[in-house]
Amino acid sequence: MLRTGLAAGLMGGTASRARAADPSPPAEPEWSQTLGPGIGDRVYGQPSHFEADVIRRNVPWLTANAESSVSFTPLQYQQGIITASGVFFERYHAGRPTVDPAQHRLLIHGMVDRPLLLTMADIHRFPSESRIHFIECPANGGMEWRAAQLNSLQFTHGMIGCAEWTGVKLSTVLGECGIAKGASWVLAEGADGAHMARSIPLDKCLDDVLLVYGQNGEALRPEQGYPLRLLVPGWQGNMNIKWIRRLQIGDAPWFTREETSKYTELMKDGKARGFTWPIYAKSVITSPCPEMPAKGPGVYEIRGLAWSGLGKIKQVDVSLDGGVNWTHARLQEPVLPKALTKFTLQWRWDGRPVLLQSRAIDDTGFVQPTLAELRQVRGTNGIYNNNSIQTWQVKPDGSVFNVQLG
Amino acid sequence: MAACSMSSWANRLALAAGVATLQLCAARAGEPAAPGPGYYGFGITPTAAQIAGWATAVRPDGQGLPPGRGSVKDGDELYANTCAACHGTFGEGAGRYPKIAGEGSLTGDRPDPTVGNYWPYATTLFDYINRAMPFPAPHTLRPDQVYALTAYVLNLNNVVGDEFVADRDSLPKVKMPNRDGFIWKDPRPDTHDVACMTNCRPPEDVKITSTAEGKSLTPRTTGPLDTAMPQ
Repeated sequence: MLRTGLAAGLMGGTASRARAADPSPPAEPEWSQTLGPGIGDRVYGQPSHFEADVIRRNVPWLTANAESSVSFTPLQYQQGIITASGVFFERYHAGRPTVDPAQHRLLIHGMVDRPLLLTMADIHRFPSESRIHFIECPANGGMEWRAAQLNSLQFTHGMIGCAEWTGVKLSTVLGECGIAKGASWVLAEGADGAHMARSIPLDKCLDDVLLVYGQNGEALRPEQGYPLRLLVPGWQGNMNIKWIRRLQIGDAPWFTREETSKYTELMKDGKARGFTWPIYAKSVITSPCPEMPAKGPGVYEIRGLAWSGLGKIKQVDVSLDGGVNWTHARLQEPVLPKALTKFTLQWRWDGRPVLLQSRAIDDTGFVQPTLAELRQVRGTNGIYNNNSIQTWQVKPDGSVFNVQLG
Repeated sequence: MAACSMSSWANRLALAAGVATLQLCAARAGEPAAPGPGYYGFGITPTAAQIAGWATAVRPDGQGLPPGRGSVKDGDELYANTCAACHGTFGEGAGRYPKIAGEGSLTGDRPDPTVGNYWPYATTLFDYINRAMPFPAPHTLRPDQVYALTAYVLNLNNVVGDEFVADRDSLPKVKMPNRDGFIWKDPRPDTHDVACMTNCRPPEDVKITSTAEGKSLTPRTTGPLDTAMPQ
């Protein structure tokens, strides 16, 4: 056998054909018979080129241009609760600015004892904190209010990512300024072309908000606000101001365009809800899903992600029959507040049609609602805060479709 | 002394280490529980001019509005040259760029929120134009021009008359039609927190009312980035 193998190896072409036919033992693949590139070949690592499908994608018809637009995290490929920095979803209002950290400044002023102008070096000197939190755009799922539109987990749920963020507590920095009596609101503003700005209650800022410069063990990515962003744990994504350059302390909200014209929810009676900040409990099955179909009867691990902007996920249930009966899924540690939580359920599929759903319950007791229930209360014009139960239809051939139930 | 409380293990260590531990304890005691303003001493105090240069946010009460003025008439040509390509000659919007004028209903199927029928405050219009417009060249307009465009867009929406002049006094006084159309207190949870486990609904009621199957709206999710528009 050994002699035959050697001979085949020397005869190159023949060996290649043999390998293509069957890569199983005793075949020796090409990468076992050569030297790979050495150190220094990749001074900053990249995913394998075989993973080229795992990219942020966007919906071309959704926005007028690429600079004020959104891309989606490929959740169907996410392993665990941390979103790889390279595929963390993007939301820009004036494109992605290239900010020189040496020239970046954070100005804090308004109702403070002493206004402050900080460099990035100054900010790095404050006591640091690292925490794992998700960020979700409240428009995630916003295209699905009227009907099932996009046959894809990435496009129905991909405006979310979860990372370990490192920075300084905003309360520490505001404490350094001293907050004047009567102050109750903070305006956070970005250095991007849109000077993206949101009013945030001071109480939240003093509770758990961070000024963040680190993401998953390295500096923030430019897409996520390099060199400095706000992290407002559990609250809608656009408040987590990227490329942050200014904090103004005041005693009333500013009612910026992004909290009046946008990020408000038009109800069916014509009234609009504003300042609906927290992300309420939500979950979705990431496998199977339209991009990850089933492959015939047999044993599967149903996998999914759950999250709540109000606290920890307490329970996730899975239904195979469109919500008639439910089974508790297993929650995988760590289960962290305001972070993605992974759940799984072992499943033996007999090949019959299935309507797969997951339902999250958080530690406030909030139960993820159905879309029918949300529609009944809010109508279909709200765009934002669609945290409804997702239904995946699994057909006998294993294909999976995004459907809505009556 | 609470900050220096020690376990019996630490007490034994303290006896052994003597002075060194006392110093450590003193350092902890000297650290304020909540450091006051200026504790770290990082950064510098900005000048009034530095603050004024960036503090452009405008509130509904007019706080933040700069000196200057602009009339509807002043905004006419400026709007045509600077804004109409995306927002349309009459604010009707071009392509997928936002429609900014219109007085249609906010109820029914697919309402069209605009400045005129949706925005609660006229000051927000000044703030936003000054903050982010024109889209490809933000922060290039002078205050007089921003006032003029604000006046012009309000006029396109029939919120102000042809003779309106926008300035720091007049803008906060403009009453927008939808001023009282917002609920600013989050009413959630607005759904029933019921986690039924078995026989939660009659199986025959479970019907698919909508499917994404067969719709040509979904971009490709494998291979290179899909930039094609649906047919």
